[in-house]
Amino acid sequence: MYRIRFHGRGGQGMKTASRILGTAFFLEGYEVQDAPRYGAERRGAPIFAYVRADRAPINERGIIRHPDLVIVADDSLVPVPAAGVLAGITEHTLMLINSAEKEEVWKERLNHSGTILTLPVAAEMIKKAELPYVGAACAGAAACLTGVITEASLEQAIREELAELGAAVVEKNLHNALTAYQSMAPHAGQVEEGSLVSADGYQVPDWIDLPFDDARISAPTIHAAATSVMVKTGLWRTQRPVIDYDRCKGCWWVCSSYCPDGAINVVDAMPVIDYDHCKGCMVCVAQCPSHAIEAIPEKQAQAMEEEASLATGEAT
Amino acid sequence: MKRTLLTGNGAAAWGARLAAVDYVPAFPITPQTEIIETLADWIDAGEMAGRLVTMESEHSMITAAGGAAATGVRVFSATSSQGLLYAMEMLYTVSGWRAPFVLVNVSRGLSSPITLEPDHNDILAARDSGFLQIHCASCQEVLDSTLMAYRLAEDERVRLPVIVNLDGFYLSFTREPVEIPDADAARQFVGSFDAENIRFRASAPESQAVAVLGGGPYSYFRYETHLAAMNGLAVYDEIADEFNECFGRKHEAVEAYKADDADYLFVMMGSFATKAREAVDRLREEGWVIGLVRPRLLRPLPAARLQQLLAGRKGVAVIDQNISMGMGGVLHSELASVLYGRNDAPPILASFIGGLGGRDISTEEFFEMAQAIRQAVESGQTPPPRLLYTQTELREVRKLQAIAQVERSTLST
Repeated sequence: MYRIRFHGRGGQGMKTASRILGTAFFLEGYEVQDAPRYGAERRGAPIFAYVRADRAPINERGIIRHPDLVIVADDSLVPVPAAGVLAGITEHTLMLINSAEKEEVWKERLNHSGTILTLPVAAEMIKKAELPYVGAACAGAAACLTGVITEASLEQAIREELAELGAAVVEKNLHNALTAYQSMAPHAGQVEEGSLVSADGYQVPDWIDLPFDDARISAPTIHAAATSVMVKTGLWRTQRPVIDYDRCKGCWWVCSSYCPDGAINVVDAMPVIDYDHCKGCMVCVAQCPSHAIEAIPEKQAQAMEEEASLATGEAT
Repeated sequence: MKRTLLTGNGAAAWGARLAAVDYVPAFPITPQTEIIETLADWIDAGEMAGRLVTMESEHSMITAAGGAAATGVRVFSATSSQGLLYAMEMLYTVSGWRAPFVLVNVSRGLSSPITLEPDHNDILAARDSGFLQIHCASCQEVLDSTLMAYRLAEDERVRLPVIVNLDGFYLSFTREPVEIPDADAARQFVGSFDAENIRFRASAPESQAVAVLGGGPYSYFRYETHLAAMNGLAVYDEIADEFNECFGRKHEAVEAYKADDADYLFVMMGSFATKAREAVDRLREEGWVIGLVRPRLLRPLPAARLQQLLAGRKGVAVIDQNISMGMGGVLHSELASVLYGRNDAPPILASFIGGLGGRDISTEEFFEMAQAIRQAVESGQTPPPRLLYTQTELREVRKLQAIAQVERSTLST
């Protein structure tokens, strides 16, 4: 059985990627199970989706513990514990990371003894217009890595799954998926199907008798106010709103009133975005009457910041 | 007939569409919302007849569903978890009206703490409401059971609302291959709703639920509802046979998987039972003579069939994806009651509780439960109920508690 996990952020098309891959397997005659897993849905929050495919009907259910293939659409998720990118990874697991950094860097960084490949679409994805297409590219690359999905089945799967979005979107996704598929050609078939869990010599679960805890500890209560401030939801951003203060009229109430997360404060009668908590929904960009807020891909914004801090560092 | 990939929610919507429902009162709740969204899209696009109305709460939604069914139209609705509980007063009320319709419940654990992932405490809270209950283990079953549920609800020997239950996430958002029956074949199977004496109409007053002071009349109506529910057993079997003839799929009231010769059995409900099926296959490879028994019908409870399936076994592991605080697993209690006093009852009926709030039950844990009942059979001692939990899980909770402690200190300074 193939067990494949996609990791990304809400809005990067991981659910769609799992559906494209699931349908492609199905078209190749496989039994399939595909599903997304997320909490309260929000753009930019870590999500994952998974695909199981087998020649026989599938009885396994739920999250994949030991994946054969893990695809990471956004490399900034790797160190986020809640994203669970590294959960259950073994030397058998092939990892495909959408990253501008080299495979060797990731291999050393993650101390992973299995294969790591990078998806060379990272550079292109820095352009914001390309961001929504990363999912299709991931699905295309994964399809090639399994070695059992033809380009024709991948194409048909994309046409079926994205039909509602119109011809232009389908063609663009198709192009990105097929480019990714072809770029993985040297590694075609490198994903190995995992075996079924044997009842002979299995890892015995570490069951315990749950101890009684006093209600002071065991009731699900938060004994403090405003703890949500400590959750840096700014990490969810794929695009960053940036205020151009030359254009800002200082009307301040429009952007700060519309911000659904209260992440725009008014300091000295001018709006200031709290990037620790701004999730990058872009509502302020849409609402600003003087078009003073710009959307910049988060990666690009971070690179610019890094350059700026280096430049300052050199100067001192 | 078309075989395609569908989610459990998609399958439920297809069931409603193929049953040609007239009216869908709706209120959104995760993980059910996709069902009503799908129906709304189809109705909007003219692909499906019928009317969908969003209500202001689940309480009103079930009231509207019962009211509409009492006029003799075919009604569908869907909810989950807190929504089902919010509607609880009306669940009991409309079943008392003997108004037949189908409600899909997408199981999700109850507050507190709040979660989105599944267990069966929501649906079991409605156990005694007078709604019949069908529990599904696959997306195909969701579609098929929805069609069958209309036959069951509308049958003159039953005339009660029916809940079709599927697990959130594990079925609701999971795509699997599903055969969608041809519309004509489905219509022919479900038939049209013969409303008979149901004729509640505007400007033609009828009282839907009279007041009865004094226990005699009250007991009469309640007993009659119980007798109707009990009739559901035989009616369900007829419907399952007919469904099998029409579509080639047999959904028995109780699934018995590799159970014929089994010394040991897992008993559980819902989609996690397919995990038990997987464990049965792997254990059999290692020489175990083990099987699975899965009640699809919970109300009415197929007691005779369960007695027959469990008779003469050495040991049974009942796995409950629910917990009755201060008692334990609901299915375990029900089986104990079904088996009490029977000479052929299995000597070991062990209780395991797991899968709460979507907590996974791993294949290895099924192996371990099999070991536990085998050891119990050897020692003759039924083990105490086990709350499935690992050292690793407790470590994670302890870590969260430690972080909470630190953050609390930070915030209070």
